[in-house]
Amino acid sequence: MKNKPVEIRWHGRGGQGAKTACLLLADAAFSSGKYVQGFPEYGPERMGAPITAYNRISDERCTVHSNIYNPDYVVVVDETLLESVDVTHGLSKDGAIIINTSKAPDEVRPLLGGYPGKVCTIDARRVSEETLGKNFPNTPMLAAAVKVSGVVEPERFVADMEASFRHKFAHKPQVIDGNMRALTQSMQEVKAG
Amino acid sequence: MAKRDRLSGNEAVAYAMRQIDPDVMGAFPITPSTEIPQYFAQYVADGLVHTEFVTVESEHSSMSTCIGAEAAGARAITATSSCGLALMWELLYVAASYRLPVTLACVNRALTGPININNDHSDSMGARDTGWIQIYAENNQEAYDNYLQAMPIGENPAVRLPVMVCQDGFITSHAVENIELCDDADVKSFVGEYQPEHFLLKHENPLAVGPYGISPYYMEAKMGQAAAMQEAKRVILEVGRRFGEMTGRTYGFFESYQLEDAETAVVLIGSSAGTARACVDELRAQGKKAGMLKLRVFRPFPFDEIAAALSHCKAIAIMDKCESFSAAGGPLGAEVRAALYGCKERPVAVNYVYGLGGRDFRVDDCAEIFRALDECVAAGETGAPYRHIGQRG
Repeated sequence: MKNKPVEIRWHGRGGQGAKTACLLLADAAFSSGKYVQGFPEYGPERMGAPITAYNRISDERCTVHSNIYNPDYVVVVDETLLESVDVTHGLSKDGAIIINTSKAPDEVRPLLGGYPGKVCTIDARRVSEETLGKNFPNTPMLAAAVKVSGVVEPERFVADMEASFRHKFAHKPQVIDGNMRALTQSMQEVKAG
Repeated sequence: MAKRDRLSGNEAVAYAMRQIDPDVMGAFPITPSTEIPQYFAQYVADGLVHTEFVTVESEHSSMSTCIGAEAAGARAITATSSCGLALMWELLYVAASYRLPVTLACVNRALTGPININNDHSDSMGARDTGWIQIYAENNQEAYDNYLQAMPIGENPAVRLPVMVCQDGFITSHAVENIELCDDADVKSFVGEYQPEHFLLKHENPLAVGPYGISPYYMEAKMGQAAAMQEAKRVILEVGRRFGEMTGRTYGFFESYQLEDAETAVVLIGSSAGTARACVDELRAQGKKAGMLKLRVFRPFPFDEIAAALSHCKAIAIMDKCESFSAAGGPLGAEVRAALYGCKERPVAVNYVYGLGGRDFRVDDCAEIFRALDECVAAGETGAPYRHIGQRG
């Protein structure tokens, strides 16, 4: 029997970069030698509408091409989605949910429909504003997801991301340091409860 | 040396196009194929290809551009989806009947209405009788590999037919997965230069393209196309074998997975085959003799080969990702049933329509189909031969 992939579901709003964060995680896992899937689920797209994106990460190629219904981890890029989307639906109780919020894990747990597993929070907005000067929550959320899930070894992740940013922002080197600080700060600040 | 990378299906096809460096691209955007001309336009802008990139005002014009270029002796490509393919309709017949080996990357999407941007096979299945070769992919790797094989197949002098290289919209086109890419030089030598024997601008032997075909001649032209489709079967296998020599990935008309001793099997096309493969693995682990046939080449249809691969099964489910509103099933169901008609022993066959407009197909859905097939076997009869799965209620 083949190994079971780690499955991650992202909830965000159109334009916030949840899909980009999902694809960056696929990149990072690929760089560390894994088989990856990163794919968005498209509806009638518009800015601000809820969107979902998915990752499967494994040691052998995963051939399943359906959406993910029983994720090991859920990442919520916009906390207002907690009111309208059943974000913990199907989430493994042995896994974790990672939420972008200024609140502590105990404060958001009551909003999670009795989810018994690990609840993690990170104030990705503040981290982003402090490091990048603007609210781009996807980089800190990506780092928090890596830290909590352990799908990629954290030190390797930081090194790979730096190389990736240097390539991606070759024409905008001034944003590389900010993105790197966003990553490391988020990995330090993410709280588990 | 092959290169390991991670790309979406659309990126993979655009990458193959860059490696081939065709003469002309007729480009018009439509979701979910838009990224293909978009990525390719970057290659053009960066000077990595020498292609004449023709931005047109419709898909009717993009296919017309390809036809004009091919008639003049050039290698021409385009990409489209859904309503875009529908708008090309009359030109699809023109390209095939003029025997112009245009290569079209079709990113499969549902047709209106209701308006829907997601995947099913309604677009290319509707075009199944236009005279184009149709090759389908399960994932990004196959989308890339099939694209590299399209020109050696279509441009072969025994074939000279246009080729549609299909992949599932979003599920494959927008999903990033691991992929193995060939060296540019290997691709160049595998695909080769296009050197048509006849073309419009060949001054020493000019020819007319697109004349009127009066009744005493029209049928002979059609017989020529039909014969070319027969020849295409041989060439597809040759090219698939040659591709295997280069990459280790050999391709045929279809892939049989755990089929040899299977009692029940699903027959399907595209990305759902990967999901069905995981389901077959689960059932085999439980000791059940489940199998799968993933069809790669729908036109020409591998009639005898499919019959031989499936005739020993007790029950099969033929899965159509489109409706043909025949009140009796979908196009794959009709073809596979017809192929089995000549077999003395043949399985009970149920035709399922599934996955319309992006309706997800899960491992559990596939398991439910295998359970239904077990019931057919136990009862010794088909029951309802035409069913839908995955719908509400």
